[in-house]
Amino acid sequence: MANISFEEIVKPENLVYKKTELLTDKTLSYCPGCGHGTAHRVIMEVIEELGLEEDTVGVAPVGCSVLAYEFMNIDMTQAAHGRAPAVATGIKRVWPDKIVFTYQGDGDLAAIGTSETIHACNRGENIVIIFINNGIYGMTGGQMAPTTLPGMKSSTSPYGRDVDIMGNPLKITELIAHLPGTYFVTRQAVHTPAAVRKAKRAVKKAFENQRDKKPGLSFVEIVSNCNSGWKMTPNDANKWMEDNMFPFYPLGDIKVDGQMVK
Amino acid sequence: MGDLRLMKGNEALAEAAIRAGADAYFGYPITPQSEVIEYLMAEKPWERTGMVVLQAESEVAAINMVYGAAGAGKKVMTTSSSPGISLKQEGLSYIAGAELPCVYANVVRGGPGLGTIQPSQADYFQSVKGGGHGDYRQIVLAPASVQEMADFVKLGFELAFKYRIAVLILADGIIGQMMEKVELFDPIPRLSDEEVIAQNPWATTGKKKGTHRRIITSLDLEAHEMEEHNKHLQAKYKVIEENEVRFEAIDCEDAEYIFVAYGSSARIAQKSVQLARSKGIKAGLLRLITLFPFPSKALQTYCKNGVKGWLAVEMSAGQMVEDVMLAVKGCAKVEHFGRFGGVIHTPEEVLHALEEKVIGG
Repeated sequence: MANISFEEIVKPENLVYKKTELLTDKTLSYCPGCGHGTAHRVIMEVIEELGLEEDTVGVAPVGCSVLAYEFMNIDMTQAAHGRAPAVATGIKRVWPDKIVFTYQGDGDLAAIGTSETIHACNRGENIVIIFINNGIYGMTGGQMAPTTLPGMKSSTSPYGRDVDIMGNPLKITELIAHLPGTYFVTRQAVHTPAAVRKAKRAVKKAFENQRDKKPGLSFVEIVSNCNSGWKMTPNDANKWMEDNMFPFYPLGDIKVDGQMVK
Repeated sequence: MGDLRLMKGNEALAEAAIRAGADAYFGYPITPQSEVIEYLMAEKPWERTGMVVLQAESEVAAINMVYGAAGAGKKVMTTSSSPGISLKQEGLSYIAGAELPCVYANVVRGGPGLGTIQPSQADYFQSVKGGGHGDYRQIVLAPASVQEMADFVKLGFELAFKYRIAVLILADGIIGQMMEKVELFDPIPRLSDEEVIAQNPWATTGKKKGTHRRIITSLDLEAHEMEEHNKHLQAKYKVIEENEVRFEAIDCEDAEYIFVAYGSSARIAQKSVQLARSKGIKAGLLRLITLFPFPSKALQTYCKNGVKGWLAVEMSAGQMVEDVMLAVKGCAKVEHFGRFGGVIHTPEEVLHALEEKVIGG
């Protein structure tokens, strides 16, 4: 075994996995252990498998994934902080046959962009919103987010989120599920192979809904970790996410084909 | 004779958008320009030309819808009035950074803050000096009639796509609300999807196999690259300054004193010229049509002709007057006159200011 060469291993017949060409070769700017890279891969694999890459326009947010357009090998627009659903609305309204999606974090989507999120959902824009919820502002260095859990420490809640002073975390996904304009609302994760498979099925359903012009917006929340912002190792962060985030943000479908599940 | 109508300035903006072949209008109601979106919703251009009209949840959302659609290569427009235009500044800065073409109008009302719904020209600094963050400019067209409200939409789209820049139609409450005869230009068909893609290869319309992806962004974390981008923007603005200056000189040939004004103030000052001439004062009017680029060379020409004094007439406490001073470089006395906060000056007040502040001062 010691003398086996690279060429003997890397052969077409031994290929079991290949990175989608819809991801560029640029090194991800995300921290090791972060869920963003997996979420990017899942979305791009879905777009490739559905054959939609020539007609898809993505909208990147402000936050850790502001540079999503560096990694997603499709046409992309970078939006101002929180405005991605409005930007996506503009694109979709003038190109109704294109596939348009936004990729947003919790600060972007559920704090500064709450208005754009709610109204795009309520108008039933025929777009896909991918919402990465890690309970913190990662890009700016770990500040409290609208989704930070009660008691959770961040650089702007250094003694833990005190809901009497700082207010409660916002479950925006449950909120928008009640709007008549949403067609598919689900909450997923990408921290284990099983979770990734489920998340990919959900993302695929969301894009199929748009492709098939189903009436309304498809919204996929992905609860993710932020090991850097949470000050944990990647493994500890995933464990902490399961023990603390999932009880507050339970995984699963909330609204399917326009009907509430729960 | 083309299509002759009696219309409000705001209605002319709306009708001109349809006729200019606009693909979309995104707006939000605010006095004194709500007639724009009201006219469009009543007119249903989606049935006439396929043009999209959408009432957004805010001015912020409206300008970002413009950003998205313009980035996808389409002809888009929004309108608002002063407080709403302030809200749009973030989006306009992004539009400048990403070099997107669009037309928007500000039917200016008195400020600051919620101010008043009466007409004003107090948004001059915001319009020509930036407004949003960063080193950027936009082309600013100042209509002085309902006719120009219509014509400048067409011209605005031509300039916007020529330079990939935002074009601002800077009107005021008088121009927006008053009714005048207007001869509407013949409708221009909207571009087909294929034409949009062919004419705007930079736009996000879907990456075809074997082609490079298009990215619409104003971000570059590498400072030296951002400096290069800024240099490129400044070079573009320089070309615009050299090629797109527009103004109208009225009775300036033999003028000893020249009013500099735009929009409604120019209409008022034109009457002041007549009043002055009837009293034997050789007055003229330089009506600015482009505020950026500012017609500095035209002012300098009249300096060489021996103009003895300038009066900047504007419905503000004195904003455009600074650019007049910069242009004439001390060749003659420059004074300012204007009522503001929603009050409109009379031709007699303007003439009196010329006599008191410039001739007699």
